[in-house]
Amino acid sequence: MVTTAPASLLQPRLAQLNADYARALDDDRLEDWPGFFGDPCLYVITTADNHRQGHAAGVIYADSPGMLHDRVAALREANVYERHTYRHLVGLPAIVGESDGLVRAETPFLVVRIMRDGRMDLFATGRYLDVVVDTHGALRLRERRVVCDGNRFDTLLAIPL
Amino acid sequence: MALPDSARRWPGATLARVPYWVYQDAENYRDELRRIFEGPAWSFVCLESDVARPGAFRTTFVGEMPVIVVRGEDGAINAFENRCAHRGALIALDDAGTAKHFQCVYHAWTYDLRGALTGIAFEKGSHGRGGMPAGFCKADHGPRTLRTANVHGLVFATLSGETPPLEAYIGPEILGRIARVLRKPVRVLGRFVQALPNNWKLYVENVKDTYHASLLHAFFGTFRITRLTQGGGVLVSADGGHHASTTINRPEDRTSTAYREQGIRSEREGYRLLDPSLLDGVDEFGDGIQLQILTVFPNFVLQQIQNCLAVRQVVPRGPDAMELHWTYFGFEDDDPAMERRRLKQANLVGPAGYVSMEDGCVGGFVQRGAAAAGDQVSVVNMGGDGAESQETRATEASVRGFWKAYRRYMGY
Repeated sequence: MVTTAPASLLQPRLAQLNADYARALDDDRLEDWPGFFGDPCLYVITTADNHRQGHAAGVIYADSPGMLHDRVAALREANVYERHTYRHLVGLPAIVGESDGLVRAETPFLVVRIMRDGRMDLFATGRYLDVVVDTHGALRLRERRVVCDGNRFDTLLAIPL
Repeated sequence: MALPDSARRWPGATLARVPYWVYQDAENYRDELRRIFEGPAWSFVCLESDVARPGAFRTTFVGEMPVIVVRGEDGAINAFENRCAHRGALIALDDAGTAKHFQCVYHAWTYDLRGALTGIAFEKGSHGRGGMPAGFCKADHGPRTLRTANVHGLVFATLSGETPPLEAYIGPEILGRIARVLRKPVRVLGRFVQALPNNWKLYVENVKDTYHASLLHAFFGTFRITRLTQGGGVLVSADGGHHASTTINRPEDRTSTAYREQGIRSEREGYRLLDPSLLDGVDEFGDGIQLQILTVFPNFVLQQIQNCLAVRQVVPRGPDAMELHWTYFGFEDDDPAMERRRLKQANLVGPAGYVSMEDGCVGGFVQRGAAAAGDQVSVVNMGGDGAESQETRATEASVRGFWKAYRRYMGY
């Protein structure tokens, strides 16, 4: 059963979803990250330029929960990168549309990257363009398009945004 | 860091030793910009489809030189320095667009689509006073122009009159490998810039280094996308500068189901893809080559990893920094299934690529590891000390080829 709550009730729930999402990534609980998504789902990291021009490719493109889990497994077991963490600051979600039990929200974010030697850099800013589904009282991401403001990624992007 | 000239000596004739100062020395870096990027070499600047119609332009770089590439009214592709002849300001400020002419924002000097200076604001002064001297000839002033040439939808530019014709420069063998991939009109799927914390040559060497692929990149080895035991080899151009490495799928691996089964039974215990559709490639070129990496000296990479296609442009940004400009593409006639396949496989490459992310950091590891070793040398000896084509990828032949070409340009 899909229910839609009034926007006034949804915003704090969306904010909580984002807060939990950011804490999972920043606390290195990557295994929890796929759980924020529904099934089916779409997760794409792209840039404002690509988004504006309708270019569909992302630096990460996952269109199934399995691909999200695979990303985490690759980061844990296969990929080589220097140890680092993120600190997400996620703004308030703006609800920009609702229909058929789906909520569209847009939320700004800022991510600081902390390297193992202590260096801190502003790694990414942008907005989450989300389609959220409210199923059995729980909000899940049907779509999260991470639209980075800049088109430049420093060195590599391992941990999801 | 700048070493005295006497310290910039090459350690002997062998191609199998490379001194670390070559990645560090500021003066050497400035020489590279003059002798290579602004010298008799062709630099990749954009796709022909980026400047499809008259007036369509892109701004890019040849070495550190900002460049405008624009399709003229006559259909020719022009390239000129993105520098106003007056005070040196950038003429075009956007990455791409369409223009009838270009006008510098600083003092409104205007240029046509060939880069010729056509207009000077207040050239005659105001109320009979000021203005340019009577003898000032606009035709004598303009940004430097570059020759352009295109092959198979790729546009290259060179500042030097001595650069050989592009097709001769690349050579028939490597040209054939380009034609293999770029055989029909392309459609751009995305563009990304990756800033790398290393000298540009460390990245070019990495791309040419067939030896590292299955060793550094556990993802490749685990899922049998490339292994040194698989078929294939490396083609090195006669001058050493260009290369194409290939991995040929063994017949038993050729179907996507074989891939899936092997993908799931990984070599690393417990590591499996929950969604192996990432690796559901099709043999779109009909030759069993599932991976081809190709370089044209000094700044161009063409990549085919299964159905994931991209060009990468190397942009130097000082002795210890560079940018990699990625353009992912498919073909205009791709059906939705093929586009989706390319989007999924793009997870392998780029700043977050299961494979490429490691190439993004390993150059920095060398840059930092060798920080105090300017007078020491690295060892490039796999497969001997020559730079000829080899039917194995357990070799550093194409890396040595790079140094063969590099030393000729630099006079080392």
